[in-house]
Amino acid sequence: MLMDVEVLARIQFAFTIAFHYIYPPLSIGLGLVLVIMEGMYLKTGNKVYEQMTRFWIRIFALIFGIGVATGIIMEFEFGTNWATYSKYVGDIFGSALAAEGIFAFALESGFLGILLFGWNRVSSGVHFFSTIMVFFGSMFSAVWIVVANSWQQTPAGFHIVGEGMHARAEITDFWAMVYNPSSTDRMLHVWIGAFLAGAFLVLSINAWYILKNKHLAIAKPAFKIALTVATVFSLAQLVVGSKSAEGVAKNQPAKLAAMEGHYDSSAKAPMYLMGWVNKQKQETHGLKIPGGLSYLIYGDFNAPVKGLNSFKKDEQPPQVNAVFQFYHIMIAVGISMILLSLLACWYWKKGTLFNKKWLMWLFVWSVLLPQIGNECGWFTAEIGRQPWVVYGLLKTSDALSKTVTAHQVVFSLILFALVYALLLVLFLFLLNRKIQHGPASAAADDDELDAHTKRNNPLLTH
Amino acid sequence: METFLGIDYNIWWFLVFGAVISGYAILDGFDLGAGALHLFLKKEQSRRIAINAIGPMFDGNEVWLVIGGGALFAGFPVAYAAIFSAFYVPFMVFLMGIIFRAISIEFRSKEPMLWWRTTWDIAYCVSSIVIALTLGLMLGNIALGMPLNEAHEFSGNWLYFFNPFGILIAITTLALFMLHGAIYLGMKTESRLYTKLTILAKNFTIFFVISFALSTFYTLLYIPHLSDEIKTHPVLFVLPLIMTLAIANIPRCLKKRNFRLAFLSSSVTIAALLILVAVEVFPNLVYSPQFPANSITVHNAAASHKTMGILLTIALIGTPLVLLYTIFVFWTFKGKVKLDEMSL
Repeated sequence: MLMDVEVLARIQFAFTIAFHYIYPPLSIGLGLVLVIMEGMYLKTGNKVYEQMTRFWIRIFALIFGIGVATGIIMEFEFGTNWATYSKYVGDIFGSALAAEGIFAFALESGFLGILLFGWNRVSSGVHFFSTIMVFFGSMFSAVWIVVANSWQQTPAGFHIVGEGMHARAEITDFWAMVYNPSSTDRMLHVWIGAFLAGAFLVLSINAWYILKNKHLAIAKPAFKIALTVATVFSLAQLVVGSKSAEGVAKNQPAKLAAMEGHYDSSAKAPMYLMGWVNKQKQETHGLKIPGGLSYLIYGDFNAPVKGLNSFKKDEQPPQVNAVFQFYHIMIAVGISMILLSLLACWYWKKGTLFNKKWLMWLFVWSVLLPQIGNECGWFTAEIGRQPWVVYGLLKTSDALSKTVTAHQVVFSLILFALVYALLLVLFLFLLNRKIQHGPASAAADDDELDAHTKRNNPLLTH
Repeated sequence: METFLGIDYNIWWFLVFGAVISGYAILDGFDLGAGALHLFLKKEQSRRIAINAIGPMFDGNEVWLVIGGGALFAGFPVAYAAIFSAFYVPFMVFLMGIIFRAISIEFRSKEPMLWWRTTWDIAYCVSSIVIALTLGLMLGNIALGMPLNEAHEFSGNWLYFFNPFGILIAITTLALFMLHGAIYLGMKTESRLYTKLTILAKNFTIFFVISFALSTFYTLLYIPHLSDEIKTHPVLFVLPLIMTLAIANIPRCLKKRNFRLAFLSSSVTIAALLILVAVEVFPNLVYSPQFPANSITVHNAAASHKTMGILLTIALIGTPLVLLYTIFVFWTFKGKVKLDEMSL
């Protein structure tokens, strides 16, 4: 028995996008860290920063490569599996995607060649410039993708042309489309999530070096750079994240109600620390701050908040408990990152940071936190928008490719599952090899390898 | 109709899209071709040089595919939706090829073991061939046309795409890319490897000429709608003429070891071939031979004029920037490949 095409297509999209979303945030975050490291090298001329930069360029290359390959899939998956959606939003979504390609992705990939292969070919200033351009390119990329997705959450600057099967959204105001009500908040939220992903990867690997007493001259300053980034942005995320939640309250009340499992519109709404939603009984149980959600939105603990009951049955998010759980996991992860970074800063100030073995072990595992946070945040946003693919305008079930059969989707889903599993194994294997190899020896080994190949290779004598 | 310099917006965007696709075919064409002939190179050192000759470029080249996809989605959403849902199976195979290729280039150099490198060499070569063939298959079928219903959706079975014309164009594309790739590698390498590539390039020229001649005969015999423009407007014969001259120029340049001019000739060949297809297909984007009224054209598939205006603005600002740093990157890595510590 085959499943429904809609379910299969949604599983495939969720799977491919969730896998893809491991990598671009790491590229953006590492981009920021690389700019800082290389900037320090140019400023101080200290070899430690040079080795640090070159080591992280190697890790960056690995991550970027997988991000591009899995990203190309995403661009075409709208057409392959969601043809009706593509026709409906093409007029709007298309200009954002085209701008992404030409302004952001081309910038990023163009200068990537110099970032990765140009260390000895261009001056250090030109190389630094390329690093900055790659970082900017990855940030701009995120802008256009988040704009397009935000338009699906809070459509603006458009009108609907045609009816039924031929209906589609046409743009009326480009800037209103770009600055739709949720763009700015979500943009900042995603950027900061990405910075945290990069910072915690650097923290994790360097904490491991410190525990193993390896490469200490490089690991300690690198850890401090990343800790600074992590502290600043985990705190900033608290502010930006709650702004984003306020936006959801205003623009997508059904999603907000699902996020907190709130059903009854006449009542004040609590804020849960954790809990469980019983969809049949329309109840939520758990640890809560009474009136917390009312306070967050209206500044009044007793204000009633619109609950799920005030929406038609077929316009409520179908998986309320999933939205609730993903949202609360994201929050828990965000709080953990703040506590962990502040704790580390306190020991840093006391001068005992690198003596605390237990803390270093926590940091080794902390690399998972922003990854879990980023994925859960997107799951909240996307599952919470259901049953709509474009909020209030187009249902997900109406957005499919009518010509694609369940068999075809099963075929591609199996291919993706196999290839991505292989990709993940290879990625972890190579990342581990690079980590084991370490920053200090990387350049030296290469020089040796290079000298060796030159000696034995008549092709390279000129 | 909104116009710019007297030409309709929709037609401008068709030109932009065509230019991006040609750019993609010329740029990714050489690295795909280099991949497809990879196993002809036997020595580890030669393979390493070949990989490093495309290493800094292939990501930038694939950007053109991303821009092309975005350009089609933005300007002709109906065509984007129809084409990719119709080509579901071949396109998924194409995408797997893209992933495998990127990871084989990335992973090959990471371990020194012979079995590791051989495995990735094979993956790199096979995925490059698969990408070239699926691209050709899709181009062939777009030129040929496919059954479409009233909603401009594909109404056939995916096995339809494996028709003789589609397969011929697939093979022709592979041959052309291999020729193009061999010339590119020749431009970037030295001494013995260089001699070997000269021989390969000559053989691929023959391979291409034969497959192209077969496709041409097939078109003239069985697919009248792909030759009527050129028959009614004899001035268009200048296109096949340019192509013939460009192809004939390749062996001459190879003999003189002028790889740059040879590369220019194979680039011109690719562009002329695509322009020829575009001229014959226009104003259709996807032709429906059974029910021509259901064909997807640059007019019925187009986005609104407002969006077209925005897109043309984006293109006018963006294209010079992209060209600027593409040239900068090529200039930085100009000349023969030298393996150094940053090499793959």
